[in-house]
Amino acid sequence: MARTHITAVVNGDETEFLTEDGTSLLNALRDEVGLTGAKEGCGTGDCGTCSVMIDGKVTTSCLVFAPEAQGATILTVEGLADSGQLHPLQQCFLEGAALQCGICTPGFLIAAKALLDKNPDPTETEIRYALAGNLCRCTGYDKIVRAVQEAAREMRGQ
Amino acid sequence: MAIIEENPGYKWVGTRPIRPDGLEKVTGKAQFGADLMLPGMLFGKVVRSPHAHARIVSIDTAAAEAMVGVKAVITGSDFPDLAANGAHASDIDVANNAIAREKVLYEGHVVAAVAATTREQAEAAAKAVEVTYEILPHVLTVDEAMAEGAPLLHEGMITKGVDPAPEEPSNIASKILHERGDLDQGFGEADVVVEREFTTKPVHQGYIEPHAAVADANTDGRAHIWCSSQGHFQMRAYSATVLGVSPGTLKVTAAEIGGGFGGKTVIYLEPLAVRLSQRAGRPVKLVMDRDEVFRATGPTSGTRIRVKMGVSKDGKITAAEVWMAYEAGAYSGSPVGAAGMTAIACYDIPNFVVEGYDVVCNKPRVAAYRAPGAPMAAFAVESVLDELARDIGMDPIDIRLANAAVEGTQASYGPKFPRIGFVETLEAIKDHPNYTAELGPNQGRGVAAGFWFNAGMMSSATVHINENGTATVVTGSPDIGGSRQSMALMAAEELGISYESIKAVVADTETVGFNDVTGGSRVTLATGAAVVDACRLIVEDLRARAAKTWDVEVDQVEWVDGQAQHVDGSQPPLSLGDLAAKSGRTGGPISANASLNSRGVGAGFSTQLCDVEVDPETGVTRVVRYLTAQDAGRAISPDYVEGQMQGGVVQGIGWALNEEYIHDQDGVMENPSFLDYRIPVASDLPMIDCAIVEVPNPAHPYGVRGVGEVGIVPPMAAVGNAINDAIDVRMTDLPMSPVRILEALTEQRD
Repeated sequence: MARTHITAVVNGDETEFLTEDGTSLLNALRDEVGLTGAKEGCGTGDCGTCSVMIDGKVTTSCLVFAPEAQGATILTVEGLADSGQLHPLQQCFLEGAALQCGICTPGFLIAAKALLDKNPDPTETEIRYALAGNLCRCTGYDKIVRAVQEAAREMRGQ
Repeated sequence: MAIIEENPGYKWVGTRPIRPDGLEKVTGKAQFGADLMLPGMLFGKVVRSPHAHARIVSIDTAAAEAMVGVKAVITGSDFPDLAANGAHASDIDVANNAIAREKVLYEGHVVAAVAATTREQAEAAAKAVEVTYEILPHVLTVDEAMAEGAPLLHEGMITKGVDPAPEEPSNIASKILHERGDLDQGFGEADVVVEREFTTKPVHQGYIEPHAAVADANTDGRAHIWCSSQGHFQMRAYSATVLGVSPGTLKVTAAEIGGGFGGKTVIYLEPLAVRLSQRAGRPVKLVMDRDEVFRATGPTSGTRIRVKMGVSKDGKITAAEVWMAYEAGAYSGSPVGAAGMTAIACYDIPNFVVEGYDVVCNKPRVAAYRAPGAPMAAFAVESVLDELARDIGMDPIDIRLANAAVEGTQASYGPKFPRIGFVETLEAIKDHPNYTAELGPNQGRGVAAGFWFNAGMMSSATVHINENGTATVVTGSPDIGGSRQSMALMAAEELGISYESIKAVVADTETVGFNDVTGGSRVTLATGAAVVDACRLIVEDLRARAAKTWDVEVDQVEWVDGQAQHVDGSQPPLSLGDLAAKSGRTGGPISANASLNSRGVGAGFSTQLCDVEVDPETGVTRVVRYLTAQDAGRAISPDYVEGQMQGGVVQGIGWALNEEYIHDQDGVMENPSFLDYRIPVASDLPMIDCAIVEVPNPAHPYGVRGVGEVGIVPPMAAVGNAINDAIDVRMTDLPMSPVRILEALTEQRD
């Protein structure tokens, strides 16, 4: 089967990969590009574990066909830290123990970044609704919500 | 946070540093089960039964084998017939659940597996395997399975635990019984008696990471398995049994595990991946889709439970009668045994009968789920106790205090309790501001308590001192919720060096001594005790080396704050770094192993307080405030103790309000997705307030009690009792979904 050649900016780098038309962006990122930070938890867009940002919007990459990424700018969890400097969200997740098993963490970090990019001072309720598409079975969300609150405070310089 | 006993001057234990594996997990580097890619690796796919109960007439793999890219196709006949080999019945069940031989016993039961060059080819080949079934009548619930003349799953199943043994086979695998005193006399002494019947549905552990395994088999019979599991030694043992090989031929590496909650203590994919890899001569990766996780891996039991309890006017429970039937799924082994032991274990009751039945039915074989069996029994018992308290006009905490098990109480399941902290959890709730917070319209408040054991079991640990005096702590307990941090904290405390100078790792089955599964709230307790033992051996060794260096008797040397000191101060202290740098001159590398079978288990208790708001128009229940108090013995790592408490509560809230397996008439699961099987999301919940109670376990070096499980025991009753407080309706069937609440409200009005 002929494969399609895709060019996209992934985590700041011009990236090329080959894919079949029916392959999800998630599987292309994982199998072809080698970025396994985004995970498949359900394959139906219900768990958010595969969340990446495509052109600035948080997206469940299991529901995007890989060829749709042609020309797009994609951010995965691997691109969140800047030259080895952790993003405040990553640092606050660590310091606030906002992860247990850690499988959902990449998706939560991306979803939280998408929220804070738009709304630097969200209420607890706004955080909870912004993260409602991401499932976590370990933490009960308490420490995740607090970590996002703390990161928002730090990013506002408070 | 309610700390009952002061922290006795620990430097590291009880602190909140960053976890050792955290950085990998926030940067996407951590390697989970499905993340491994090997050169030449094939993708596998499992073929599953579409029927709840059927005889396999034939399996034709020819078409699948002929397809492009297909490298191997296997069926049950590719594995040894354990029944014909006279194997133990429980091993036969493990093997038959991994891949069916003659009959399929539930929708989703494995009948074949394929491996191919690409995912797409594997999926196409799996569809091309032709299986001919003779459909058999099925039973889905304990009611159907226990009915007269019910179709049998296992034609030779004679109920165990009944004397004399029944002559006829049935779907009842076993009966359990605990009794004490005189039930009639006890109920005779009661001023109020309440009897209720409850049902619960199967619910899934709901870990976000689907099961995944990679196997790389060699031509000499050896194989390496990487898998997401709670116990790679157990995966090795089960896989060896199913494959018919010696455990030593299999090396199992535990990947980072994306949640388990008990459900990853059993094998599904591992032996299939090994056999496919052997047939194909290439590494094979098998990963479940979410619907396979729901259809074929362990939910916990659906149940029917009857509880009758009596109290005197002063709140003393005079008698309790509990009858329960637990679904085991396709093979025997529901957690009804543990349910029977825990059902009334919180209380000192003079007269009781607890009777339970383990019942097979045509659903996936149940697997352990966080305090297996206890939550359903607690839902029933704690709901009835709430009603009794209301009937006699007593505060729900006070009635529990009046009957609470304390040190020396003969537990309902047999032994006398050592020092326990149940009363302290009750008091922590009563002392908390949430207990008297004002409630709004349609809001109600509920209390419930729960008990769960800590398994001890077997653990091994190795501690290596590196040449600069830093340390590596090696265990074989997969870290499912931050246990590497607990290991490092205890090692830092023992060795007297900084937490940051210790690296805690989880090694494969060839690199560390045997460890039982990460389960039963046992890792910080038992594996932690092995780490402490190994560190103490290291300290003894270090004192001897310092004595040798100074040419003094070893009793002249003390180990203080990470350095050897002469008791009279006559020698300059030797730090761990000094001793490590010169280890070649004092006996060679500094390293110690410890292995143990932990007997120092401590009972765990949790009491919880829930405020809900029920919308009478829609029947939607919203948890508006939640407080959980739990005895941790000693919180080595308070962050992750709270995490276990909060996580357990929220799983319980899902179980209480929303989660259930729904099957159609043919026994096919109708909601095998996170869309239709909805677990709680962030916007459903408030913050979960924690009160860590610390009543040290006298049998552990730091007083640890396992904390992983008991938190899920009280929530269903706490929510149900709060709903009752809000709308004066006693909910007896889980989940307490909007539809059921509306039905109950309608019934109340009529």
